[in-house]
Amino acid sequence: MPDARVIPLHADRPVPRTTTPSRPRMEQVPPPADTTGATPAETSPLWERRLADTLAFLRRRITGDYQVDEFGFDRELTDNVMMPLLRPLYEKWFRVETIGLHNVPSDSGALLVANHSGTLPMDSVMTAVAVHEHHPANRHLRMLGADLVFRTPMLSSIARKTGQTLACNPDAERLLRGGELVGVWPEGFKGVGKPYKDRYKLQRFGRGGFVSAALRTRTPIIPVSIVGAEEIYPKIGEIKLIARLFGLPYFPVTPTFPLLGPLGAVPLPSKWYIEFGEPIRTDQYEPGAAEDPMLVFNLTDQVRETIQQTLYRLLTQRRNVWLG
Amino acid sequence: MAPNVVLVTGVSRFLGGHLAARLAADPSIERVLGVDTVPPPRDLLRRMGRAEFVRADIRNPLITKVIGSARVDTVVHASVTANPAGPTGRTAMKEMNVIGTMQLLAACQRSAVVRRLVIKSTSAVYGASSRDPAMFTEDMAPKELPSSGYAKDAVEVEGYVRGFARRRPDVAVTTLRFTNFIGPRIDTVLTRYFALPIVPTVLGYDARMQLLHSEDALAVMERATQHDLPGVFNVGGDGVLMLSQAIRRAGRVALPVPSMAVPTVGRLVRSARLVDFSPDQMRFLNFGRVVDTTLLQRDFGFTPRWTTTQAFDDYVSGRALRPTIDADTLAAAERSILDFAARIPIR
Repeated sequence: MPDARVIPLHADRPVPRTTTPSRPRMEQVPPPADTTGATPAETSPLWERRLADTLAFLRRRITGDYQVDEFGFDRELTDNVMMPLLRPLYEKWFRVETIGLHNVPSDSGALLVANHSGTLPMDSVMTAVAVHEHHPANRHLRMLGADLVFRTPMLSSIARKTGQTLACNPDAERLLRGGELVGVWPEGFKGVGKPYKDRYKLQRFGRGGFVSAALRTRTPIIPVSIVGAEEIYPKIGEIKLIARLFGLPYFPVTPTFPLLGPLGAVPLPSKWYIEFGEPIRTDQYEPGAAEDPMLVFNLTDQVRETIQQTLYRLLTQRRNVWLG
Repeated sequence: MAPNVVLVTGVSRFLGGHLAARLAADPSIERVLGVDTVPPPRDLLRRMGRAEFVRADIRNPLITKVIGSARVDTVVHASVTANPAGPTGRTAMKEMNVIGTMQLLAACQRSAVVRRLVIKSTSAVYGASSRDPAMFTEDMAPKELPSSGYAKDAVEVEGYVRGFARRRPDVAVTTLRFTNFIGPRIDTVLTRYFALPIVPTVLGYDARMQLLHSEDALAVMERATQHDLPGVFNVGGDGVLMLSQAIRRAGRVALPVPSMAVPTVGRLVRSARLVDFSPDQMRFLNFGRVVDTTLLQRDFGFTPRWTTTQAFDDYVSGRALRPTIDADTLAAAERSILDFAARIPIR
């Protein structure tokens, strides 16, 4: 084996490699003495490097060696655990197509306002995946949630760790001032829990709190229209008694739930479109504009109308609920 | 204006005692008087040097005489505490916190010489609930008023202090809302909690915690005593630790308890004399709390030297907590797995 003994004496002139030195070379290395496993060499195979990464990740998690921000957002956990779990659902199950993602800024704050539907807030999760996986800057969407989310065990800690916070003006403004992308679903439970017959009809848009947050921080509002989420759990009825018993806003009845039990939790595979519209600028208003209720109402209506019109347009273009 | 005669309450406890020691080391201050109902421990007394200890109860009108005869111009009220003295100490603690403050303020109001008042308060006045904003600024009110315990005491104390400030506008009043203290030297409910080998937590919730190193707390108190910095300030370290993360950093094992069983477990831990939790502290461990310290850094002019994480690490290493899960063992295990993997001839 003459090949393995070659020592490059002329470092300025690279020795041309004739054979691929993958296997014989590695076996020359005495295994226990030389391979310090924590820093795998460039030559080690892909699965070994992956294993090293995973182990290092696990060690950091077990020893608490990671950072969270003031909101409790755990970037490492979100990027390494949550997003990979959601990706198949996004790509294979709902086959989400995004339109106009260039309207979302890469390095500054913006308020994403979207329609809410689907009985369970799957649409917000998918929007966050879209912004993170398909935007060139891989941005994290920081969503504002109802206080039910933060009252519910498990859900509350998952929501905090993935970057969500309570829907209140101080939090929204703090995030927007920090240059974050903030997502808000102003219809709330009225939107996400509306009956199937009312699909794609926008409900009332709260009190316009999100508009005043955008005005105070002078960040643009981006209307987001989501088509496809209405069909994942068609809500054909509800059981008020159970809802009241558990303090929930509604307890849905869909064609599969609670009829098929846990199987009813599987969403129907509709084809989704998420359109990010033209940003609505708020920086041309004077500083005290957020205190002008008429302006706030008008802007709220403008955002609502834009989303409704986009929904109608997307729906006329859609030929089939499942195939798009 | 530098203070001449300083009166510090609660000197037999960590914060008051060490503050008196620091002030006594400052030659520009003429006299330092330390007040408490029990004498400080011997090592603390030695540290306090030339500071004079006055064994007095601030619940007693006698305190008026002390302030008047010594011509005290700066009063530091550091005795408001969350840590009851003993198993029956909770009622006494409330008495001491609330009635003591009332008496002390009454005495200050009488004195024509007092021109500065520093109050050690707590960020617990913001309460802790699921409807809290991510960060509290000084002008925010709690979503739910604390109904019992230390937090309620602190809310009442702050109320009396506001009343005092209205009646005596010539006195500069500094109210410091501290987050939880941590550090190798201080002994609080929280330091005892993290020293438990198995740490009970609330199942399904992970509190965001902001901590302050006890040395930073002392530095803030000292600065407030020496300078006229009136106002209400949140005081806390930078950054946030999740409760689960802190437990892992301390090498502890968390025991998640369903929220229904939390009061029972709390009572068990208390009756075993391990940690004496009050309901509002349990709410803190459930929901957590973070305060905005912009005013502290901008107007008060103080940036904590330790971040929350650094302060916590200093506590863990300073207390020499024997970790249940050791970081070195884990790193060694990781290395041996990778060594083994390198020997498997799969390419």
